[in-house]
Amino acid sequence: MAKHPTPLLDQLESGPWPSFVSDLKALAEHRAQTASKIEYQIPVEVVEDIMGLLELSYKDGTTHWKHGGIVGVFGYGGGVIGRYCDQPEKFPGVAHFHTMRVAQPGGKFYKTEYLRQLCDLWDFRGSGITNMHGSTGDIIFLGTTTPQLEEIFYELTHKLNQDLGGSGSNLRTPSDCIGQARCEWACYDTQDLCYQLTMDYQDELHRPAFPYKMKFKFDGCPNGCVASIARADFSFIGTWRDDIKIDQEAVQAYIGGELKPNAGEHSGRDWGKFDIQKEVIRLCPTQCMWMEGKKLMIDNKECNRCMHCLNVMPRALRIGDDRGLSILVGAKAPILDGAQMGSLLVPFIKAEPPYEEIKEIIEKIWDWWMEEGKNRERLGELIKRQGFQKLLEVSGIQPDPRHVKEPRSNPYIFWKEEEVEGGWTRDINEFRKHHLR
Amino acid sequence: MAFISSGYDPKEPMKDRITDIGPRKYDEFYPPIIAKNKGKWLYHEYVKPGVFYHVAESGDKVYTVRVGGARIMTTLLIREICEIADKHCGGYVRWTTRNNIEFMVDDEKKVEPLIRDLESRKFKAGSYKFPVGGTGAGITNIVHTQGWIHCHTPATDASGPVKATMDVLFEDFKNNRLPAKLRVSLACCLNMCGAVHCSDIAILGYHRKPPMIDHEYLDKMCEIPLAIAACPTAAIKPAKVEVGGQKVNSVAINYERCMFCGNCYTMCPALPLSDKEGDGIVIMAGGKVSNRISPPKFSKVVVAFIPNEPPRWPQTTAVIKKIVEVYAANARKYERLGEWAERIGWERFFEKCELPFTHHLIDDFRDPAYYTWRQTTQFKF
Repeated sequence: MAKHPTPLLDQLESGPWPSFVSDLKALAEHRAQTASKIEYQIPVEVVEDIMGLLELSYKDGTTHWKHGGIVGVFGYGGGVIGRYCDQPEKFPGVAHFHTMRVAQPGGKFYKTEYLRQLCDLWDFRGSGITNMHGSTGDIIFLGTTTPQLEEIFYELTHKLNQDLGGSGSNLRTPSDCIGQARCEWACYDTQDLCYQLTMDYQDELHRPAFPYKMKFKFDGCPNGCVASIARADFSFIGTWRDDIKIDQEAVQAYIGGELKPNAGEHSGRDWGKFDIQKEVIRLCPTQCMWMEGKKLMIDNKECNRCMHCLNVMPRALRIGDDRGLSILVGAKAPILDGAQMGSLLVPFIKAEPPYEEIKEIIEKIWDWWMEEGKNRERLGELIKRQGFQKLLEVSGIQPDPRHVKEPRSNPYIFWKEEEVEGGWTRDINEFRKHHLR
Repeated sequence: MAFISSGYDPKEPMKDRITDIGPRKYDEFYPPIIAKNKGKWLYHEYVKPGVFYHVAESGDKVYTVRVGGARIMTTLLIREICEIADKHCGGYVRWTTRNNIEFMVDDEKKVEPLIRDLESRKFKAGSYKFPVGGTGAGITNIVHTQGWIHCHTPATDASGPVKATMDVLFEDFKNNRLPAKLRVSLACCLNMCGAVHCSDIAILGYHRKPPMIDHEYLDKMCEIPLAIAACPTAAIKPAKVEVGGQKVNSVAINYERCMFCGNCYTMCPALPLSDKEGDGIVIMAGGKVSNRISPPKFSKVVVAFIPNEPPRWPQTTAVIKKIVEVYAANARKYERLGEWAERIGWERFFEKCELPFTHHLIDDFRDPAYYTWRQTTQFKF
C-alpha cells in the first residue's frame, strides 16, 4: 500500500512512452522491501514522499519547493543545489532533497561496472533517483540530505575517481557531441578538447569567480547536435576550409537509387525517386554545386559548409582534410534581455592538443568579462552592452566580414580620436578667421 | 538507520581530501570497436528507425540501437540497462544529448536479439521501458527541465507534460514519415535550463501574475537593491510599508511593467509569483540549431497561453499534434518546421494550423521587436 495515494500521477502510467511514475513506484517498493537489509542513509520513504509531493503539485498547480538553500561541499562553490520542501511535516522524506551534479564522461559513454558503482552509492546515500542527464550534461543525483553531501563527495573522489560538476556563477560542466568516437562528420576531437578544457579549468568550475554562469559546448560539425550555438557562452563548432571530398561512383549510386538518400532517414514515406537536382543542388544555400555530365561539381570556395549535401549523400561526400573549428560566443536563453544565438568570433582555428591558442582566446575574454561584467550578466549581454568591437579589441582579433551578416545600416560610427587625422583638438579662433560669426 | 561513515572526518575536512579531479576520462569507457576506429569512420546508414550502423576505414561496422527513456530515471532502471548492456554489448552503453540510450554491438547478428530484448521489457502498468526509435525524419526524445518534481521557480511540470506529449507523438518516435527531423523541447520557466528557444516546437512554462510581496519578511530574506536591480523592466522600486503598526523596508511593484519573468524571485524569495490560474504553457515553434540549408533560428511564440492541465495537459498536446500533422502534410522533403513556416508565410501557418492570432504574439520587447513587424507590402490574403 502506497504511503500517499497518487490518483493524478497514476494516470501517467498508461500510454506507450516510458513512465517515470512507474519507474518511481518500482523504486519505492524496492526500498520498502529492502529496508530491513540495507542501512539506507536517508529516509527509506524518500521516493514515496517525492511522489506524494508531486501529486500535491498536480492538485495545486504549483511547486512545493522552497527557494534555494546554501549547501555544498567544503571548498567548492558549486556542484550541489540545496533544495527544501515547503511541506516537510507531510513529506519528511523530502524535507531536504538536495541535488548533486556529477561530471559526466565525454560522449556519455559508460562501462556498466562504473554505472553500478554510481547506483550503489546513490541507493545507499541518496534517493536512488537520477536524471540521465541534466540539461547541462551532468549526471544528476536528485535528492539527498545535508549530512550525506560530504560523505557522497568523499566516496566519489576516493572510490570512483569522480568529481562534481559546476553550478552557480562557475564554469558549468562542459559537454560535447559524440564526435570522432562514432561520427564521420566530426572535424575535431570534441571529447578531447572538452576534457582538456574541463581539466585545465577545474578551479573555474568549482570556485565561483565569474559574474554569472559560463558554458562551453563542443559540436563536431555545423549540424550542431549539442546545440552549442543556442546555449553556450563559448561554442566550438567543427569545420574545414579545403574541399569536400567526392566519390563520383557513390554519387551515381544515389542517383541510380542503389543508395538511399540521407542515409535512409526518410524511410517512413515514399518521396519518389531521388532527384539530385531537386534534393541537393537546388537546396544548396550558396548554389555552388552543379552536374557536368555524370560528374558532380562543387565550387568549394563558395561553399559555406551547411552540411546539407553531406547529410543527404554521406557515402559520396566527405568533409575536407584541413579541419579545425569556429568559435562563436555569447549564446544564452531569454533571461534577461532576450535570447541570443552565438555570434561568430573566430572563423577558423586549428584544434590540436594542448589547445593553447584556443585557451588564449578564452582567457582574454574571461579577463574582460570578469572586469566589466555586471552581477548576473552573461557574456552575450556584455558584448551587446559594450559592442562587438570591444570584444574584438579584448581578444585581439581583426575585424572580418565573416563577423557580420551585413554591415551596419546606420553611419553612427564611434570614431576613435587616433583614427581621425589631426585629432579632435581644434582652435576655434583659427576657425573663425575663415568663418565669421 | 545508523549513520555509516564513508571515511570522511568532519573534524578534519581537509584530511586526505581529493579535489579538482574532473570527470572520468572519455576513453576509459569506449567500447573496443569505438576505441579502435575513432576518427576513422567512413559513413553511416539507418536500417530502420532507431537502428543504424557506422562503417569504419578498417571495415569494422558498429550497429547502434537507440531507445527512448524518461530523463528521470531510478537506479533500478539504470541497473536494468546495465544488465542489458552486459548481456548484449560487452558491458558498454551510452546516453545521447536528448536523453536517449544507445546500445552498440559489433555484429549484425547481435542486433535483432538486442531489439527483441529491449522491446519486450515493460513497466508493470504497461508502458515500454526501452522503445526503439528516435532517429531520422521523425521525433526524438524531448529534452526538458525539472518542473514541479525538483525546482523552485517552475510555471509547469516537466516530466508529466513530456510523458503526455511523447505518448501523443509516439508513432513519430518510431516512424520516419516527416519531411525532416522535428525537435520538441520543454522548459518549465523562462530561465530555460533546457534552452528550448531554438526548437521546432518548444513547450515553455510561463507565469502570468506579478509577484506577491511578503512585506513582513522581505527585508530579512533579501538584499533589496539586488531585487530591484534584478528587474529587466525597472518595475520594482524601494518602499516603506506598514505591517502590524511597524514601518518596514520593502519594495513596490509597478504591475503594468511586469513581464512575469521571475528574475526578482530568483534574487528574492519574498517575491513568489507562481499561481494555479496564472501559470501555464506557451507554445513556440519554428526554431532550429543546425546550420543545414538555413541558419539556426529562434522559435516563435505561436500560442500565448494554455492552462496547466495535469496530469495529461490535453490542450497542450492537441496543439502540438495539430502542428506536427499540418507540417507533415505540407512541408517539402528536408524542410524543417521553421523553414516551411517562412516559405509559406506565418499568416498561412496560423491559418493552416487553425491557431488564433492574438496581440500577445506581436513582439513589443525592446528594439528587436521592430525587426519582427512587416515592413513590406508582400503578404498573403
